[in-house]
Amino acid sequence: MGPLTRIQREARPESMLLNMGPSHPAMHGTIRIMLELDAEKILNAEVEVGYLHRGFEKTCENKTFFNLLIYTDRLNYVSPLINNLGYAMTMEKMLGVTVPERAQLIRVLMSEISRVSDHLTCLAAMTMECGAFTVFLYMMKAREFLWDVIEFTAGARMTTSYIRIGGVRADLHPDWRASVSTAIRETRRVLQDVSGLIDQNSIFLGRTRGVGAISKEDALSFGWTGPCLRSTGIPYDVRKAHPYLVYDRLSFEVPVGEFGDNYDRYSVRMREMEQSLRLIEQVAVLLPDAPPLPAGPAVEPAEAVRGSRRQRTPGRIRLSPNLEGSEKERLDGLAARSPSVGVPAKEDTYTSMEGLISHFLFFMGGKGIRPPKGDVYFSVEGGNGELGFYIVSDGTDRPYRLHLRAPCFHVVAALEQLIKGRLIADVIPTFGSMNMIGGELDR
Amino acid sequence: MGPETLIDAIRTKLGPAVEGVADSCGDPVLILRSDSVRASMAALREAPFDYAVLLDLTCVDFAAPEGRLELVYHLFSLSRNVRLRLKASLPAADPAVETLVGLWKNAEWLEREVFDMFGVRFEGHPYLRRILTYEGFEGHPLRKTYPWRLAQPRIPLKDGE
Repeated sequence: MGPLTRIQREARPESMLLNMGPSHPAMHGTIRIMLELDAEKILNAEVEVGYLHRGFEKTCENKTFFNLLIYTDRLNYVSPLINNLGYAMTMEKMLGVTVPERAQLIRVLMSEISRVSDHLTCLAAMTMECGAFTVFLYMMKAREFLWDVIEFTAGARMTTSYIRIGGVRADLHPDWRASVSTAIRETRRVLQDVSGLIDQNSIFLGRTRGVGAISKEDALSFGWTGPCLRSTGIPYDVRKAHPYLVYDRLSFEVPVGEFGDNYDRYSVRMREMEQSLRLIEQVAVLLPDAPPLPAGPAVEPAEAVRGSRRQRTPGRIRLSPNLEGSEKERLDGLAARSPSVGVPAKEDTYTSMEGLISHFLFFMGGKGIRPPKGDVYFSVEGGNGELGFYIVSDGTDRPYRLHLRAPCFHVVAALEQLIKGRLIADVIPTFGSMNMIGGELDR
Repeated sequence: MGPETLIDAIRTKLGPAVEGVADSCGDPVLILRSDSVRASMAALREAPFDYAVLLDLTCVDFAAPEGRLELVYHLFSLSRNVRLRLKASLPAADPAVETLVGLWKNAEWLEREVFDMFGVRFEGHPYLRRILTYEGFEGHPLRKTYPWRLAQPRIPLKDGE
């Protein structure tokens, strides 16, 4: 047995030590809180994290810049597109790449959909743990409509890998407008219902008002960002403070709380979702329809090659259905077309020698994306706050070091302080309102 | 204060603690002497610089090429809306630096992570214990000498604490 933990060493002989988690439904399976109790009162607490540590940063050092994108999906697994975005934009800052306007708008659309689904998941879990099972079901329903939009376009609900270095992988699904407006309508309805059920519910208020409160000074000292920091009344939002993509051209507000307690964290998230829906609506207006593909039948790649023995056949090449949206004609608006940044158009790869060579030059070991020597930090506003990537490059095709600034690492660090002196039952809403995401926290 | 004058003001204030200034993709970087990290951070936290947030702390292993580890601090000033990156080099053989616990509350966990992953000792840290791995884990996984796919020895089962 290893050395005693701090709480074991310092425990008074007459008090009781209790483990909460990691196998506890309210601990989301990935965190352990050791409590020193006097009956139900928490005298002291110690939080142990790391149960979902899987060596993300070490793995990235052994993957190429292109390949490690899929690992970023698995960080904050309820808003994977924002993780994709954070990584892609950090690389773009290092490479000095400009992303086409259409791709920027699509990225904002996708980030805001992810933000709403992130907040929905957090509040659904938090309210369910306080006994409001109806709210959980309503919010999960709304999330399904949002994930439909993502699934139609990216092909996956969570492991999207849709936002790529230099742009996005493919254009939006042809029917995206219909699915977005359904998602907005359904989410608004759910938000209204949930507000009616919860906002003035005395059971919920009793467990959240004045519980888990943190001062502005402490929140800053703990490095809090995102909705949790804003619940204390500090309007810091990366989208406003350091605008990226097209956020400076869109109109939205930054909701803040007053007391920094559980209720304010709930309320800030609720109001933020409304702002995100506003952003989605604005982007949907700004985003033109995808350019039409040339008329005429599409030819199989092999047929095009056979037919071009004497002369290159004009016309469209048929791609596999899972490449829908990334046709050569559309790729210009979706990604920076530089051979050292993005995957070359598949039509060229399938039908021409030069295209095949550039495909190999992109994917061969030691080639592909090779940023200049140096280091870079860039952050985006994730579901939990400032999601930052710090990348060190030594000029090869793999990162020398990749570090994630996980916003909920800093938030969870404050948990011990927030529950000390309270009752066991207060741990549940306090921990729930923090939105601890194991994939991001433990990396 | 613009970025240039801000860096100049910091250099004047910190004096010999600053070993150099660099620019990385447009962001200012200060290189600190490793024995004056805590004093410098304490000065930067106060007015007029007002870097109230310790945004991030991490480390980079340059042991093989240069025989050193590099600590990377990110500070953020809410009132001026600027970030600052600070670096300090430690000898790879016995890396140690003063703790920032007492200045920022998240320093305790951030430093535990760097200790866990790189084996950097933070002098004066009240509870320097592994955080992402577990008690009984051998080695420091983010050091370049640690193989990517190394199997750890099994730790014995705990008998009813």
